[in-house]
Amino acid sequence: MPSGGVSPTSSQDADPASPRPASVSMPGVVLLPVPEPRLGLQPLRSAVLAVASPLAALAITVVVGAVLFTAMGKSAGTGLAMFFVEPLRGARGLSELAVKATPLALIALGLSVSFRANIWNIGAEGQFIAGAIAATAVAMRAGPETSHAVVVPIVLAGLGGGMAWGALTAWLRDRFNASEILVSLMLVYVAEMLLGYLTYGPWKDPEGFNFPQTATFAEATEIPKLAAGHRANVGLLIALAAAPVGWLFLSRTYAGFQLVVCGAAPSAARFAGFSARRGLWTALLVSGGLAGLAGALEVAGPLGQLTPHLPVGYGFAAIIVAFVGRLHPLGVLLSSVLMSVFYIGGELAQSRMGLPSALTGVFQGLLLFALLGSDAWVARVRGPNR
Amino acid sequence: MQRMPQMMLPKPAQPSKPAQPRTTAPPRTTTRPRWKALSVATRAVVGGTVALTLLGGAVARTSRAAEPKPPAAPPSGAAAFGKTAPLKIAFAYVGPVGDAGWTYAHDKARRAVEAEYGAKVVTSFVENVPEAADAERVIRDMVSQGNTLIFGTTFGYMTPMMKVAKDMKDVKFEHATGYKTAANLRTYDARTYEGAYLAGVIAGGMTKSNILGVVGSIPIPEVIRNIDSFTLGAQSVNPKIQTRVVWVNKWFDPPKESEGAQALLNDGADVLMQNTDSSAVLQAAEKAGKFGFGWDSDMKKFGPNAHLGSAIIDWAPYYKKAVGEALAGTWKTGQTWWGLKEGAIDLVSISSKVPEALKQKVETIKKGLRDGTFAVWKGPIVDQAGKELLKPGQVADDKFLHGINFYVKGVTGKPPKGP
Amino acid sequence: MESLALMLSSSVNAGTILALAALGLLINERAGVINLGAEGMMLIGALAAYATAAHGHGVTTALLAGAVAGAAAAAIFGVGVIWLGTNQYATGLALSLFGGGFTAFAGTGYTDRQIAELARPGIPLLRELPLLGPALFRYHPVVYFAAGLTVGLGWFFFRSRAGLVVRAAGESPESAHALGHPVRRIRFYAVVAGGALCGLAGAYVSVVYAHLWVEGLIAGKGWIALALTTFATWRPGRVLLGSYLFGGVTMLQFHLQGRGVEVESHLLGMSPYLATIAVLVLISRNQAWIRVNMPVSLGKPFHPHH
Repeated sequence: MPSGGVSPTSSQDADPASPRPASVSMPGVVLLPVPEPRLGLQPLRSAVLAVASPLAALAITVVVGAVLFTAMGKSAGTGLAMFFVEPLRGARGLSELAVKATPLALIALGLSVSFRANIWNIGAEGQFIAGAIAATAVAMRAGPETSHAVVVPIVLAGLGGGMAWGALTAWLRDRFNASEILVSLMLVYVAEMLLGYLTYGPWKDPEGFNFPQTATFAEATEIPKLAAGHRANVGLLIALAAAPVGWLFLSRTYAGFQLVVCGAAPSAARFAGFSARRGLWTALLVSGGLAGLAGALEVAGPLGQLTPHLPVGYGFAAIIVAFVGRLHPLGVLLSSVLMSVFYIGGELAQSRMGLPSALTGVFQGLLLFALLGSDAWVARVRGPNR
Repeated sequence: MQRMPQMMLPKPAQPSKPAQPRTTAPPRTTTRPRWKALSVATRAVVGGTVALTLLGGAVARTSRAAEPKPPAAPPSGAAAFGKTAPLKIAFAYVGPVGDAGWTYAHDKARRAVEAEYGAKVVTSFVENVPEAADAERVIRDMVSQGNTLIFGTTFGYMTPMMKVAKDMKDVKFEHATGYKTAANLRTYDARTYEGAYLAGVIAGGMTKSNILGVVGSIPIPEVIRNIDSFTLGAQSVNPKIQTRVVWVNKWFDPPKESEGAQALLNDGADVLMQNTDSSAVLQAAEKAGKFGFGWDSDMKKFGPNAHLGSAIIDWAPYYKKAVGEALAGTWKTGQTWWGLKEGAIDLVSISSKVPEALKQKVETIKKGLRDGTFAVWKGPIVDQAGKELLKPGQVADDKFLHGINFYVKGVTGKPPKGP
Repeated sequence: MESLALMLSSSVNAGTILALAALGLLINERAGVINLGAEGMMLIGALAAYATAAHGHGVTTALLAGAVAGAAAAAIFGVGVIWLGTNQYATGLALSLFGGGFTAFAGTGYTDRQIAELARPGIPLLRELPLLGPALFRYHPVVYFAAGLTVGLGWFFFRSRAGLVVRAAGESPESAHALGHPVRRIRFYAVVAGGALCGLAGAYVSVVYAHLWVEGLIAGKGWIALALTTFATWRPGRVLLGSYLFGGVTMLQFHLQGRGVEVESHLLGMSPYLATIAVLVLISRNQAWIRVNMPVSLGKPFHPHH
């Protein structure tokens, strides 16, 4: 497995006799002059097409969904309504959408930065867990007397925990050139085991009849809600604020520019003196930190305690969210809402229409496939010189 | 071939440069032949995906054993006390109905309720509801659909159900295997340890190596209690046995359960038991030509040669009672823990390979459990160090039973510890 | 001693799953294509095989069905990355995610359906030998197939003309193309072959190893197989050994638990994954070694020009 990005310790430039052609070290990267339509990074001729492609993918998914419903003997109209319309109904619907979309958006924001730098952080789920664990460590110390301000250190702890877990991958990649794809993925399993160990062992609630869970956190630790009676909390605001910050970072700051160039054209970046190592660490710290933040918000928000059931796959779903959002921070916001609609729609389709719960997974995978296909198709159709 | 997006190549008419490590493509003179090929390729991809999905839909449709009845058109939530409007009941399952274990048993009981009450009730369920933040949304949605009696079939729904119960005072909640109650939320559980004890009696009599193996799911008191009860049962007919335990740390993970079972078999166990929700352990025993049991549901068909008996849970008696109370208006909060006596637990499909004398012993114990003369946890019972936990003749009360987090003598290793 | 022989045999059984998938990925990667969709292909193969068996067909037919299903899924992937030029990593990921969702969906009815009993595996007379019997001769034919395949692939890649061409497609597709070899078609065949083996690995799990079907049956083994190919430096023999070793580590934690070793089960459960990271680090730190062994064009798309 080749490294997913430029290795700063690579001696390939120092060794001119290397069997490798100097221009190619990265998978799937557009290097001059190899023509390759780069998913999400190719500045398509018109912005219209940049948006059209995901919409086309969505349309394909909807059509296939309708066919699926009919094949299962259900009304296609009701099925599609259940999936796409019901979740948006009413204040409660929107609030639940926010609860679901916030972690997805945060993680996907981080991933979009990471993927732009061509660092394939597949282990966001592990960073999510690590952030939740760190946040729990702080939250467990809160008692009935603690002020609400404890929320701040909890959230910061989550950020730090996720960053630390991401840093682990970055360090192994930096120092030993180990593929960040595999390392980050293996660390997901390690994080899950660590979560299990803590909830079954040292952090288990002594009043909890030996069930694997921490004690419920004190009232003060709860992430402030946006409106009474609904579950949406300030996490939504954080996500909404982080997106433009992310966009500004990538498109308007020098550091962000360096990151993007390192990802898109590593040889040019090296020539310009941009540090690939800095790109690697930035990518993993940012994506790890945001994933950890999402974990903290989840554990101190809707959950209120740490259990082994914390990880539900947000880290992996966020990969799809990032791609469908074209690795653009603002696009990611929209696609995270779309993905939440799928999740909730799938639940509703199950409870109200008797459809299997796995339908959500099918739609998600289908969306990504359709997106890749329509992207490639659009690139071919349009071509670069029209 | 395609041209590079704007970055690098100066003119469209640039020919290839062979000196470069990567050569550029010459300009296209015509797009038509490529178009056709691409369209074919694109069509192939899209068509293939569509075909796959269609196939999947067809397969899913033909393979689904029973389609659940979708609930009737949602009325307002106030129909609970109307004589004519049926009682709407919803079930939240942690696993798939097809797990042939825990969730399957609950669903079987749900269907028994439908059969019993007919038009007076309308039931629905949601499966694979994770024991996490999502559970609250699902339960709230059930309430908003007009369900006024809701069953949550796993421990992990406790917090979400408590939250919703606080908000929805005229909806009744039934929580399985939990310990928190409210005015409109009560708990119910089954004395699975009785089934484990009966299985142990048979295991003790059938083992030749005197090594029994248990694949444990999650080290909560219920499971540790079951392991202990299994051991006690075996010891009552064969004091020499030893029980070995592996933990898969999941309720349901068939591949891991298989591997755990294999490790136990490799180490010499010849009768296996599990507290997990699938038939994987029994199947591993079958493959190895050894013995095993079914758990939660009758698993005889999954291992016809290995199967010695199935310790099942029958939720139907309790569910029927609960629904009856809800219909009659006599529903009250409380904590229910039913066992063999009330018909919630049984050891069924006992294999013909089991000698008659052993079967008789099992029957005697069942009779004793029914009329209250027999108790599984009756002293003398010692722990692994030999310390006496129950004095001779002393019967453990429910409080003692709920707090079991130790192994009895005869079990190898230590249970995963708490603080 | 008997117990040791049994432990060896369970390691081999568990390792065969990884070996088949990793060998398939090796074919892929030697030709220069990286397919992250291993997990999805194994799941699809597992379901296809189980469904076939559940409808009354024999084990061999079921295993073949699994291989064919895996190959079909890989073909879609192949068309996408080879001809449409989609990003190999993203498409592979999509295949994994889609495979997971699709099989969960399509397989819902098969979870409680039984398939036919398996005959006791192994070579008839040799299986009864005292120690060597359980250690060497009691395996299902697929296990022997995996071992034979390793030898065959070793010969194919390093001793045969056709294998050299495939390797050329992975090392320097331009040169191969200049010599007149149809690089893209070769890569496609490699992808399909790799998919067939991943599908077979999944089929082995559902029909033989675990003998049942549930959602998420493969539980991450596809990803581990990907890692294995890398740290076996793309050599079939090392892939096989690494797979058996890995199978052994997985079983070891259960053995230790059963014996009452007092390491907490979760910490023990981390061991296979930490071991993977450790070996990965050890392998990767030697840049030169990686460079010498890795197919040079791995992961890079190839677009021929005329």
